Amino acid sequence: MMQAYGQEASAASELIAFRLGQQEFCLDIMSVRDIRGWTPTTPLPHSSSYVKGVINLRGAVLPVVDLADRLGFAPTEPSARHVIIITQVGDQTIGLLVDAVSDILTVAAGSIQPTPDVASELARAFMKGVIAMEGRMISLIALDSVLTPGQAGQGLPN
Amino acid sequence: MDTMAAIKQTFFQECDEQLAELEEGLLAIERGEGDLETINAVFRAVHSIKGGAGAFGLDDLVRFAHTFETTLDGMRAGTLDAAPPVVKLMLRSADALADLVHIARDGGEIDGERVARMSDELVRASGATPAPEQAAPAFEPPAFDGDGQQVDEFGFAPVQISFDTLIADDPAAGTVKVHFAPRPELYAKANDALRLLRELGRLGEMEVACDTSAVPLLTELDPEGAYLAWDITFTGDVAESAVREIFEFVEFDCDLTVETVAAPVMDEADAARTVEALLAQVAAEAAPPVAPASPVVVASEPAAKPAAANTQPGATIRVDLDRVDRLIDLVGELVINQSMLAQRVTEAGIARLSDVAVGLDDLENLTREIQDSVMAIRAQPVRPIFQRMSRVVREVADMTGKSARLVTEGENCEVDKTVIERLADPLTHMIRNAIDHGLEKPEDRIAAGKPEQGTVRMVAAHRSGRVVIEVSDDGAGINRAKVRQIAVDRGIVAADAQLSDAEIDDLIFAPGFSTAAAISDVSGRGVGMDVVRRSIQALGGRITIASRPGQGTTFTLSLPLTLAVLDGMIVTVAGQTLVVPLSAIVETLQPKAADVHALGEKARVIGIRGAFLPLIDVGAVLGYREEEADPLASVAMMVETENQSQCALMVDGIIGQQQVVIKSLETNYGHVFGVAGATILGDGRVAVILDVDAIVAGPARSDSARKRNAA
Repeated sequence: MMQAYGQEASAASELIAFRLGQQEFCLDIMSVRDIRGWTPTTPLPHSSSYVKGVINLRGAVLPVVDLADRLGFAPTEPSARHVIIITQVGDQTIGLLVDAVSDILTVAAGSIQPTPDVASELARAFMKGVIAMEGRMISLIALDSVLTPGQAGQGLPN
Repeated sequence: MDTMAAIKQTFFQECDEQLAELEEGLLAIERGEGDLETINAVFRAVHSIKGGAGAFGLDDLVRFAHTFETTLDGMRAGTLDAAPPVVKLMLRSADALADLVHIARDGGEIDGERVARMSDELVRASGATPAPEQAAPAFEPPAFDGDGQQVDEFGFAPVQISFDTLIADDPAAGTVKVHFAPRPELYAKANDALRLLRELGRLGEMEVACDTSAVPLLTELDPEGAYLAWDITFTGDVAESAVREIFEFVEFDCDLTVETVAAPVMDEADAARTVEALLAQVAAEAAPPVAPASPVVVASEPAAKPAAANTQPGATIRVDLDRVDRLIDLVGELVINQSMLAQRVTEAGIARLSDVAVGLDDLENLTREIQDSVMAIRAQPVRPIFQRMSRVVREVADMTGKSARLVTEGENCEVDKTVIERLADPLTHMIRNAIDHGLEKPEDRIAAGKPEQGTVRMVAAHRSGRVVIEVSDDGAGINRAKVRQIAVDRGIVAADAQLSDAEIDDLIFAPGFSTAAAISDVSGRGVGMDVVRRSIQALGGRITIASRPGQGTTFTLSLPLTLAVLDGMIVTVAGQTLVVPLSAIVETLQPKAADVHALGEKARVIGIRGAFLPLIDVGAVLGYREEEADPLASVAMMVETENQSQCALMVDGIIGQQQVVIKSLETNYGHVFGVAGATILGDGRVAVILDVDAIVAGPARSDSARKRNAA
């Protein structure tokens, strides 16, 4: 499968697929800095429920967002099996708490379809589109809005 | 244009150094310590700024620097005496030059009138100079095209070589003089003036002067035109025919005059050096690509050369602060990792004296040493900020009609760069206050038997892991009766309050306090010492005052060496580990049932030595728990906030004191109420650092508190 897609690499992008509950999502691999196992976080005062707290990544302090909670699913009860995907969003580095990383996909840019209308309002706000692959549906996450408005730390003058 | 912007940035960085050198030199001259060397250094500083400014087309800057340079040249030539009024004028001119540089960098309105006035004064001061034009040939700002390449054919432009003195000498017999002005055709036929000059050089010793006066502005410049001309004077015995032979092939493509005149009397060594310098430059400039990063004018006259060698600064490199911070992060991480490793080794039951344990001890020593060295990279001497203050002293003294001098000590004391940057404003304010409010008018000083000129002293020193800066004046000291009266008038203290002298002195730090009876131009701007105290506290420092009537006032600043680390009290609250800045904590105690009182529905206060302080549960304020903790099972920490109010914070327990490395939460997240930052503890976990002021102020006031902190 990888070879078949690899031939048209110029128009294709690589994505990291991961699971939240029974659903599959993916991220552009270029925005992923690291993938690490769950480590206990330090909770921040007065933060939204989906901000699990902050962790230490090689000397930098970065927030961990429970992606399931952020998308309106049931909050994750993190355990050692859970995974934190460290991503670069603009100037910020944030960690996304997910159930498991499942695959690395190579897809042609044209194979990303618009998000179907049926999805919930909240979920749609965080999705750039969906990808059909071997009978599965994988949603492409829009990282920009994961830690934006309504967020304690956002919108402040720096 | 990115390259251009980068070059420009380098230029401004260099300007700052030159300006510092200029001021330092002038101050040395003022103190009477200036020798020819110092004057040369000062001249060179202005000259370099002019050269660079020319390269960037900063005409205002070039013009003023040129005038300044001309006057300085008079001083260098010995025609202008370095008398006190002259040096004063020079210092003020240096200030004006600094302003022009900063306007060029940051944008802003040039105070044309001031510059013109200053220029006039400079011209008048140098009036005694026999021929200022001689020392300052017309300077045409060389132009750069988009790629940062110079546009005239040889990239000659920023180089200004003045051989006028040599040529102006009375010629003696037997010398060949050549005037060579190529026309565009010469270059069109693939001839090269450089090659011709080299050929000439083979004939014998010669002096070459490049005439750049014909170079037009960039807009009018024809890239295929020819604008340079050379005057060549042979110092040795050269046949006119040999010279003509060299020009044989270009005779019709240039204006050429060759004549045998009387030989000038000159120092041969000088001449040799000059030619060498010129040839080196011609070669360097002609070799593509032109190095545009150094707009600094090269060797102007042989006399300046030895001086240049002497004042060479120590080998330094410029490094992006981000890189250093990254290094500090990594080293911090190394320290944490190392201690975790040590812990694991102990847990594994390995004997203390085993090779592994001993090796780990060595590793620990090494990591600590690395950490110290990395921290030292950020440290810089306080010298630049002290130098800046001498300007403040001059200006304020001028404005208030008082006579004052600044004495500094310990300029080499090193502090974290960020601390230094944030010291400028508070120090400026304190110096202003010291002169405006502290020093008496000259007649009062004489009446009090003091020297007419007041002294402001700034002393920096390292004391037990902190840097202490004292700002003192030898003025009248604090007028306590007046201070007290004002405080009572403004409702800061009750009219019948019993205050010790120290408490009265402390009143000047109270918000909204200003002692100047008439609000003066200088200090009475509504911001008082309370702002100074707040900015010092924001740096993790403290400020204290000591005053003796008739003898003066001393402010003492005690500052941390770096903002990157903080002395913290590690506490636990609702199962979380928090860090409280030690500088905020006055004392800690275990509340007794008899001391805790309920006040109203929910609020509680604690009685300490007769005073009642609000008792605040940190866990509840941060939202870690719904129900307030039982004060009797908690520890109360007395804290002092930026507006001097005291408060008791309740935490569950105290773990200990530790120096922690401050990490920003804002970088990857944002501001969080009640949190000043974060740190990484020995176990690798993140702990938040409490923002004591915000906690005390409560969420309602946190917005304004945050704005203040950001400012």
